[in-house]
Amino acid sequence: MTASSALSAPDPGASTLAIELVGVSKSFGPVQANKDIHLAVRKGAIHGIVGENGAGKSTLMSILYGFYHADAGEIRVNGVTTPIPDSQAAIRAGIGMVHQHFMLVEPFTVLENVILGAENGALLRPSLARARAELKRLEQEYELDVDPDAVVGELSVGHQQRVEILKALYRECDILILDEPTGVLTPAEADHLFRILGHLKEQGKTIILITHKLREIMAITDQVSVMRRGEMVRTLTTSETSPAEIAELMVGRRVLLRVEKGPARPGETLLEVRNLSVTDAKGVARLKSVSFAVRAGEILGVAGVAGNGQSELLEVLAGYAPATSGEVLFKGRPLDLSRHTNADDRRDVGIAHVPEDRHRRGLVMAFAAWENSCLGYHREERLQGGFGTLDRDAIRDLARKGIERFDIRPPSCDLKTANFSGGNQQKIVLAREIEREPEVLLIGQPTRGVDIGAIEFIHNEIVALRDRGKAIVLVSVELDEIQALSDRIIVMFDGAISGERAAGQTDERELGLLMAGIDPGKGRAA
Amino acid sequence: MDLPVVLQLLDSSVRLAAPLLLACLAGLYSERAGIFDIGLEGKMLAAAFVAAATSAYTGSAWFGLLGGMAASILLALVHGLASITLRGNQLISGVAINFLASGMTALIGQSLFGLGGQTPQLDGPQRFGALTLPLAETLHGVPVLGPIWSDLVSGHNLLVYVAFLAVPATWWVLYRTRFGLRLRAVGENPAAVDTAGVSVVRLRYGAVVIAGVLCGIAGAYLSTAMSAGFIRDMTAGKGFIALAALIFAKWRPWPALFACLLFGLLEAVGIRYQGIRIGDFAVPVQLMQALPYVLTVVILAGFVGRAIPPRAGGRPYVKER
Amino acid sequence: MTPALPRWADLVLIPGLNLALAFLVAGLVVVFIGEDPIRAVRILIQGSLGSSYGIGFTLFYATTFVFTGLAVAIAFHASLFNIGGEGQAALGGVGATLVCLAVPWPHWALALPFAILGAGLLGGAWAFIPGYLQAKRGSHIVITTIMFNFIASALVVYLLNNVLKAPGMSLETRKFGEGTYLPFMHEMLGAIGIEMSRTPMNLTSILALAAAFLTWLLIWRTRLGYEIRAFGHSEPAAVYAGIDPVRITILVMVMSGAMAGLMALNVVMGYQHRLVLDFVGGAGFVGIAVALMGRSHPVGVILASILFGILYQGGAELAFEMPAITRDMIVVIQALVILFTGALENLVRLPVERVFARRARG
Repeated sequence: MTASSALSAPDPGASTLAIELVGVSKSFGPVQANKDIHLAVRKGAIHGIVGENGAGKSTLMSILYGFYHADAGEIRVNGVTTPIPDSQAAIRAGIGMVHQHFMLVEPFTVLENVILGAENGALLRPSLARARAELKRLEQEYELDVDPDAVVGELSVGHQQRVEILKALYRECDILILDEPTGVLTPAEADHLFRILGHLKEQGKTIILITHKLREIMAITDQVSVMRRGEMVRTLTTSETSPAEIAELMVGRRVLLRVEKGPARPGETLLEVRNLSVTDAKGVARLKSVSFAVRAGEILGVAGVAGNGQSELLEVLAGYAPATSGEVLFKGRPLDLSRHTNADDRRDVGIAHVPEDRHRRGLVMAFAAWENSCLGYHREERLQGGFGTLDRDAIRDLARKGIERFDIRPPSCDLKTANFSGGNQQKIVLAREIEREPEVLLIGQPTRGVDIGAIEFIHNEIVALRDRGKAIVLVSVELDEIQALSDRIIVMFDGAISGERAAGQTDERELGLLMAGIDPGKGRAA
Repeated sequence: MDLPVVLQLLDSSVRLAAPLLLACLAGLYSERAGIFDIGLEGKMLAAAFVAAATSAYTGSAWFGLLGGMAASILLALVHGLASITLRGNQLISGVAINFLASGMTALIGQSLFGLGGQTPQLDGPQRFGALTLPLAETLHGVPVLGPIWSDLVSGHNLLVYVAFLAVPATWWVLYRTRFGLRLRAVGENPAAVDTAGVSVVRLRYGAVVIAGVLCGIAGAYLSTAMSAGFIRDMTAGKGFIALAALIFAKWRPWPALFACLLFGLLEAVGIRYQGIRIGDFAVPVQLMQALPYVLTVVILAGFVGRAIPPRAGGRPYVKER
Repeated sequence: MTPALPRWADLVLIPGLNLALAFLVAGLVVVFIGEDPIRAVRILIQGSLGSSYGIGFTLFYATTFVFTGLAVAIAFHASLFNIGGEGQAALGGVGATLVCLAVPWPHWALALPFAILGAGLLGGAWAFIPGYLQAKRGSHIVITTIMFNFIASALVVYLLNNVLKAPGMSLETRKFGEGTYLPFMHEMLGAIGIEMSRTPMNLTSILALAAAFLTWLLIWRTRLGYEIRAFGHSEPAAVYAGIDPVRITILVMVMSGAMAGLMALNVVMGYQHRLVLDFVGGAGFVGIAVALMGRSHPVGVILASILFGILYQGGAELAFEMPAITRDMIVVIQALVILFTGALENLVRLPVERVFARRARG
């Protein structure tokens, strides 16, 4: 790696480096997640690590935090070679980590979570007292206000994240790793987080920020390292680079998320959502009186930060979650929203659904590909073999056709689904859902964890479906994807629609504000 | 019913509740740490046999107790190997341990003593005898409180007191110590414990071994304190009643005490009154015997308060990927 | 990431090694109690397979285990662990008994369909409640089925004491009418000129084969089976596919319970011709070992059932020839099989996977 040549003379710079990774490699079975990684993080800096899903960022940081063992390579902390066999060693070396999925014990209080693993003494009382005092100090120093006696499970996501940061600080970490910290935050919460990170930096802490959001990198980091397919591509000084350059390094070529598509020719209204609301089992309102309509021959993009009601919207529309109130009309006829077992009825009327989470929902991983090619459609007349059996030959034929048309590799319908790559698994789902020429396609995160080549293919299929006069509801947290595909865009914030725009008449900045719940167009005709 | 009868009934409830309580608390440690344990029955049975056999050979109930605990801990370690190290199915492991204990005790018992799976009769120092608490004699004449002290509280063997003292001890360990905090955490979210730099494996093994120790005492109680020797399958479902009590108590120590006392009382009443009449309806003995199980099903069904097990219970801990 | 194992390793090598380990430990137990394991195995095989008498008994036991094993296997496919086979079988026995005693049946062929219905219905009903509670109220099926075993045992004792008891000391019903006796295998074979010793093996053995075939059809060929497997592998995917988890859970449990209940045909209607207390005798639990060993596949279940039939019959001979090895040895082996093929499966699987991964890499 020539990119790491700056590290070839370790001595002079050593004392100014908080973290140094030398030749770190890691594989999981046949998959090489990290290949000969070299990384140098300066003390007191905010260092970004960017890369697409699956680029190996999280694995690398898990190695640094002692969660995984590297197959090869060396870790140096503050210039000293430090083996990190487990998290305990990482903590001793002054490294703290805020994981993407929080590592909190929900029924415990904030205080109990903070002391867990860092208790002083075998009895809890002195530990709790000490932590209470320490939390008060940290709160004043870093704007980290959390009620120490609150039960963590009842806190908002933003507050839970603060508990994670407090845990790291309580362990007196000097180096803090944050893995995709803003993925679950509202923009306001993200701003607050960045202020906290700013304070931490002022106090001399080193921060490593893993993200795939270029905006965050540009806004807050000092250096940025780009990873691609398990390799460290280059480390840049943020002020001397541009989002375009980083993006290019991330994907290995110029990002061309411009899909070839002509203007939409919308026809009749197929799906109409009226005042749809969902309150979950805990009594939290997940969807708040959402209304919109989708017409034949158009793609409606649903943008928003993850967790603002998009998933619930898809679940209700697809028929596996009940709505609390409101109605959904398909071609003017109301759909049953009362049960969580309506998925069948949706398919019957011609509403297909590519779910957000294909691993858990869209596919049965243990099934052969052909068995998944009829999941949800296994009651179709043409697939029945009589006496309650399924016609296996008919299903296999169907599967083979899908494999051919969608160029699924390897082209074997008997292979276990889990053994296909992410992109090919997604194609199995798409083939199944598009093959029936549905009137409406609900599609969630169509290209999450999918390689670049497949992304283009999937995008083209979606546009082709639109051009055949179908209506498409596209939910994605990737703003680029929304912009490239949609004809119309609605933005969701906190369970409600914060704005609607025609795709050609808006930009990233405006959509970003809407995603934060701020409508810059208020006063302008909607 | 007059006082002596009530006292006798309560007295035998206490005796019957003690092994349930020990096994129930054993399950509590294990399940609070995220390891389901339906092998309480088997561990108790193995301990009962080894305790009686050791006591018969050595002539000391104390060696018997140690032997019983060792047998129970051995099975607990098998359960740990299966469910912690090898990430197998904890329920299946529990089933296997129950059968292993049932078969082995009878087989080895026959091979050692040739008494059809029983151990010889134990007496004297081979058993845990009744302890008389201070003042039991002197206070006997005092109305009400006197008999309660001397007949109900005093006069049990040592292991009964151990069982009842284990309740506050467990409460204290669980809620007042570092170990307890970590134990409860590992049953809810082992990843949180792991990333906090604490070994999930060591904690869970710790919990499983404690369960082994407590089941060991429970087993020794059955064969060397409550009875005078081991007979085949002498646990007779007590391990499952303890499991039921644990669910009944929603995995908390003090409610576990009350659940075990209740089930002990049910058993005592069933033994003493073969036919209870409520009005014209004769309550069959079998109904009394089935009642703990029926109550547990009712509780599990959530008709009377919901029993929510520790969140990570039953699932082996695997680092994400 | 688990590297893909070749099919033969998954289906033959690993279960084979697990079983070998279980028997190795069993052999050590025999050595520990001072007997010769090789000789024990010889007696075991001789006693179970060495004569038509032994074979008849072996297959009689195996027939029972096919039903209880299939019961556990069906539930496994839906990711449900039904430990309640023992209680469901007991209730199945009550069902068959009620049918047999209700009418003076003129011929077994007439009684059989109703007895199947009766045994299946009550066995199924006893599994329905845990299934319903799991599906609707989220009560853990393992705990409820355990509890239902005890409740069933109390219930049967009550019925035999108060309702169905025949005059006399022992807890059993009066003898059924001869019009309900299923033909014995030696009778059927004798009719076509084949000599066989008198054994309890009866028509039910053929029904067991049919039950295994129907189970195979159900799981791998029918739409319902497809839904059961989808649900068993991933509940969210099943819901997405429009499969109702409540319906599947309850249906599977009822089918599982009914299957367990049908074992009563073999023992109650085919052999004892009356309901005897504790006629199930742990067969419900053997079903767990059988299903685990047979990897929940009907063919595997049949093979594993025969193995346990050999153990049961040969074990009886063994206890006679070598008094130190009592019939409890069977329970020990059963425990070891459950332990090594179920709970400790990874003891063998992980090293085997490592070997294959290394070979795949070259």
